[in-house]
This record gives sequence, C-alpha cells and structure tokens, in this order.
Amino acid sequence: MADVTVKIAGIELKNPIITASGTFGFGEEYKEYFDLSELGGMSMKGLTPKRREGNPPPRIAETPMGILNSVGLQNPGIDAFLSDELPRLEGADTVLIANFAGNTMEEYEGMAEKLSDSSVHMLEMNISCPNVKEGGVAFGTNANMVEELTRRVKAKCQKPLIVKLTPNVTDVTEIARAAEAGGADCLSLINTLLGMKIDLKTRRPILKNVMGGLSGPAVKPVAVRMVYQVSRAVKLPIIGMGGIMTGADAVEFALAGACAVGVGTALFLDPTAPVRIKREIEEYLEQNGIKTWAELVGQVEV
Amino acid sequence: MKKSISCEIIFMTEPRENLIDMTVEAPEIAAAALPGQFLHIACGEPRVLRRPISICDATGGQVRFCFEVRGEGTKWLAGRRPGQKLEIMGPLGNGFPKGIRGPVLMIGGGIGAFPLYMAARRQKGGSDAALGFAAAEKVVMQEDFEAACQTVRFATDDGSFGTAGNAVTVAKDMLEQRKYSAAFCCGPAPMLRAAAALCEEKGVPCYVSLEQRMGCGVGACLVCACEKENGEYAKVCADGPVFLSSEVKL
Repeated sequence: MADVTVKIAGIELKNPIITASGTFGFGEEYKEYFDLSELGGMSMKGLTPKRREGNPPPRIAETPMGILNSVGLQNPGIDAFLSDELPRLEGADTVLIANFAGNTMEEYEGMAEKLSDSSVHMLEMNISCPNVKEGGVAFGTNANMVEELTRRVKAKCQKPLIVKLTPNVTDVTEIARAAEAGGADCLSLINTLLGMKIDLKTRRPILKNVMGGLSGPAVKPVAVRMVYQVSRAVKLPIIGMGGIMTGADAVEFALAGACAVGVGTALFLDPTAPVRIKREIEEYLEQNGIKTWAELVGQVEV
Repeated sequence: MKKSISCEIIFMTEPRENLIDMTVEAPEIAAAALPGQFLHIACGEPRVLRRPISICDATGGQVRFCFEVRGEGTKWLAGRRPGQKLEIMGPLGNGFPKGIRGPVLMIGGGIGAFPLYMAARRQKGGSDAALGFAAAEKVVMQEDFEAACQTVRFATDDGSFGTAGNAVTVAKDMLEQRKYSAAFCCGPAPMLRAAAALCEEKGVPCYVSLEQRMGCGVGACLVCACEKENGEYAKVCADGPVFLSSEVKL
C-alpha cells in the first residue's frame, strides 16, 4: 500500500483529503454517509464572532461544470461552535480545522485566541469570502493588509495557521508572499471566483445577492494554475482546491505543488466523494508504482 | 451508513407535455420513505448538482416521482428510458407529520399535487383533497386522488374543469363543510400564503411543503435557506421541506 500521509506544520494527516470549508458543515450530516476518520482533515464551516444568518435565498445557481453560491457565512458563531458543535467531534479521528473570518483585525485576533484554547488542530483564516460585505475578501485582496493581519493573528495563535487565499486578485503570488512574510504556516487556495448568472425569463440574477462564488470543475484550471504559481513563489505547504472531483484531479493538484487537497463541491454530487477520491489516489499510486503521495508534490515538469 | 443508490427505471409516462411520471425500483428507499420526503437525483454529466424531487408514492419496493421539465437537469432526466439507472439519494428531509389523527385536507396547486398523494393515501382517519390547475388539460392524478381520498374537488383558473378559481377557492368550501385535523399543502408560493391564511382563520394547523434551489440535500451547505418567522433561516432540505405554516415566512 502506498504511503499517503501528509505532514503540515508538524501535524500529521493520514491522507491528503480535507473537506473544504462551507461544504461540509461541522461534519454532522456527512457522518451518516462515511466515517469521518477516513478523512485526512476537515475544514469546518466558516465561523464569525457572532452568529450570522447569511444572505437571502436563492443562494445557489448551477453553471456549466460548476455552481455559484452566495451563502454569506451563515454560522452559529464561534461560542456556539465551541460549546455545541466541537464536543460532538472529539471522538473523530481526523484533523479538525476551524475556518474563521472577522470584520476587523481585532475580531480575527480574538477568534484566533479562542480557537487556540480549543481542541481544534489547525486554524484556517478566511480572508477570501466573496459573499460578505465587510472583512472577508476585503482583507484578502490587499497585500499589505494580508501581511499585517497574518502577523497579528499569528501572534495570538497557538496552533498552525493556514491562510486561505482568494483567486479574485491580479497577482495571487503577491498575496501569498505577504501571508508568508506575516508568518503563515500554510496556504490554502483557491476560494471561489466571483461570478454571476442571469435568468433570461425574469431578467434578474438567479442569486438574490446578485453575485456569488463559483466553484466546481469549471474553476479547476484556474486553481491548478494558481497553486502552481504560489508553490513557486513561497516555501509554505499548500492545500490546493477548486473543482476536485476525482483522484486524478487531486494528483494534478499535487503535481502543481499542493501537499494536500480540499474537496467541496464534489460532495453535492457524490456524498462519499472524499472517500472515493482517497481510494482513487491510492489506486493511482499503486498502478504507477509510486510509493508515496509526497513524492508527487510539485513534480510538474515545465 | 446512508448512500447514493443506483435505481433502475421501471416505467415512465408523460401524462402531459413537459411532465414526467417516473417509477424506479428502489426497495431501500421505498421501505423508508414517508409522505413529503424527497429524492436527490443526479442528472448526468456535466451537471454538478442533483435535483431534489418530491416522492409521490412508495410501495412494493418501488418509488414514484413526478416532475416538470424546467431546465437542463430535468430535461436530461426526462430523456432517460426504462431499464436505465439513476443515482438517487433518499429519502431525504422531514415530510408531513405522522401522528395526526382524523381527516386531513390536501391542498395542491399544479404539480404541487404530487407530493400530497402518498400522504392522502396513508392518512389514518382519511383525507380529502382540493386540487387546483391552470386548465382542464393540465389536470393530473385525478383517478389516483379519487381512489385515495373520500372527497376530491377540483378548481381550474379558467373554469374549464371543476370550480373556477384555485385550490384555495375549493378548500375554503371544504373547510366549512368538514372538520379537519390539519391541512397539508404544496404548490406555488401565492397559493401557500392563501392556504395558510385560510387555515389560520379556520383554526386548522397548516403544513406546507416548500421548494428551494438546493445543494447538498443533507443540511451541510446551507444554500436552500427559507426565512423563519423569527428572522432566522431554516434549511429546506433538512429542517423541511415540510414546515408548519406559522413557522416560516411564505
């Protein structure tokens, strides 16, 4: 059996599959479809300091090979997560990644402190949500802000810090370098691409929020390109994601430079996608006589 | 563990243009299905989203569902043929309440009639139905409902079949003539609003089956939101699709 373990900032993942934040809730629903301990890690629904109701519906639209969503960080708030959701995950033998977003640098710092005191294993700082007015992507598109925010949050953070990047920038490597300079332990990319769909009959956008984030196979080439660029610009480990539906897709991200991969939209079509993709990766390694997943990482020949 | 199941299409008909009545062999789903629950059906490459479709009936290891052809996904589904297989998750969601004693009035508008059929057929204490359609040629499941219910009354917008008006027009009469323990409703939003207002006036608990664009279908992705009376959002897929009308903003 090939070795598919991954080590990120001192944390060992049993395999490279991480469920992508926002598609997997807090794991409760998918527990009925597979054992969470099959996952390398799970990045949970993005948390904010206070409960958020999210955007008005409709919040989803199907597009060619993809979907647009405009959920808008609906979540119970960090305190309810820590008291009600996290205890239910204590038995899960997988790496727990708490995704969090604030409106101000102080909010990000406060959340990092609280999460550092909890049993989550890693923190994923969301500076890339396209669906909220404040914070979110407003931080993630400005390199100076990214560096300062990362530095301040890292100072309060007692666990490995992942910074999740937006693709909605001119030069993603500039932002990646800023996060590295600020002290990030790992980068994850890409968050969704800002998009829009219009209903010809009503001449209105399908999404009530007008615009939303595009995910799914449609964004995969963009995501692979950005992972490739970022992996050559920084020394940090990268969690790559964007339209991964199969083991072959995951291997493509590894070759581009990702040491682990996020699986999100694929869950909607196949609720057991993470487990299937893991199996397909193992089969690929086996069939090609590759002993470890790690030796694929960044091996694209240009 | 739950899973997506590969189910063979046993038969399908097109009772009228752009409307498909389909039955699949699905013993596990049929055994578990409750009235008002739904199926989440994969609609072929390259579509990334499944389509949520209400269960119309489940019996003898088979599950029946009906849908209107509205977009690319349902068009693909309508192009399948008996003998082919569909990837189906289900039954999903919370259906109509089970514990209600006494007769229930089914109020259905257009294709909203379908999800009410199994509830009508299984209701202990019997059921009546008030069904509204645009015109006589749009009427569906007349024989099914007449067999399942004690009294069925029809309304059409143009008066070409039954009473002129909509489902709520005839429901009003029926609520005056018989005491119901509850009303189960499915149909367009304006009809649901009118039905809910009518039931409130008559003091009859009203349960509505809602429709919303869906993602995961299991309650994880939070895209199929519906606004509750308290301003919070409920998940149509996991908290619903059936809600007590007073709990949600219709």
